[in-house]
Amino acid sequence: MEEGMGIMASAALDPDLVQRLDAIRHERGDTVHIDEVGEIVHALLQTVNGDVSAGDLRLYRELSSLAEYITSARKEIAALRPDEIRSDFIPSATDELDAIVGATEAATNCILDAAERLEGIAPMVDEEVAERLTEVTTAIYESCNFQDLTGQRITKVVRVLKVIEERLTTLVKIFGEEMGEETVKEEKQVLSDEDLLNGPQLPENATDQAEIDRLLAEF
Amino acid sequence: MAVGKNMNVLIVDDYKTMLRIVRNLLKQLGFNNVDEATDGSMALQMLRVGAYGLIISDWNMEPMTGLQLLREVRADAKLKDTPFIMVTAESKTENVIAAKEAGVSNYIVKPFNAETLKGKMVSVLGDF
Repeated sequence: MEEGMGIMASAALDPDLVQRLDAIRHERGDTVHIDEVGEIVHALLQTVNGDVSAGDLRLYRELSSLAEYITSARKEIAALRPDEIRSDFIPSATDELDAIVGATEAATNCILDAAERLEGIAPMVDEEVAERLTEVTTAIYESCNFQDLTGQRITKVVRVLKVIEERLTTLVKIFGEEMGEETVKEEKQVLSDEDLLNGPQLPENATDQAEIDRLLAEF
Repeated sequence: MAVGKNMNVLIVDDYKTMLRIVRNLLKQLGFNNVDEATDGSMALQMLRVGAYGLIISDWNMEPMTGLQLLREVRADAKLKDTPFIMVTAESKTENVIAAKEAGVSNYIVKPFNAETLKGKMVSVLGDF
């Protein structure tokens, strides 16, 4: 299919241009990395000798413009730091979401423990109070439904993040792994007030009260 | 399996808290013989060795979903008549239709309350 299209396209081109394209193809092969498009256009322009037809000029202009467009798109995508999003932001967001599921599950179990203890009191009291205790505990059990639903919703979000991560991996591959190297983190020397708004830490990164007390005692 | 509060009920959900909630609500309704499974395949193994009068199952579980469990139950000569209530967050019409086509006895959408659970159980089992 691609070969056929190539033949059709070649048939419409100037024979000299076809010859120059064949020479480049012979040198670089049929497939080129997206980064090399600009270089190839440049190489093609270098081969121009003697008279240039109006068709050639139009084609060169279009190729130059395509190369510029690709270079500009590549810069814009690099500025988005896809490698950093893939390697830092998404895993971090996924960990935070997992922590939410863990924390809500732990909290729900605590609430259920308390509700079960409350229900255990019912046989020790008179019938009317026992009935009211049962009503209250039923309401607590019903309300704890939220944990299951929250967990399922968060799982859906995590799945979406995984898809984004996969797409970013593909994007970085297309535009070259070195794009990741371009996205070197800017190291901040001074922490601003905003930098200190870290929010709750994941359990494995959190500093416990004893450690905080120890730190404070050092000052 | 005789229908009554002494019958065995199997509850299936991959969320432990949900199993605990349903178990407590069943206890309040007078059902104390309650077993738990955390996915369809575990439930199927338990159903094949035990005698259960009611299955209350979630849908979204791995490796075997509640819908697959329902199909397995309905395809099994020994289990096919066991009442099966689906309790799930899957509330799209297509889900309800698929469950009905697979032979579900009733369908409860999460979040649910004790009254809904009791009402659906009565509609499936009769008064208890």
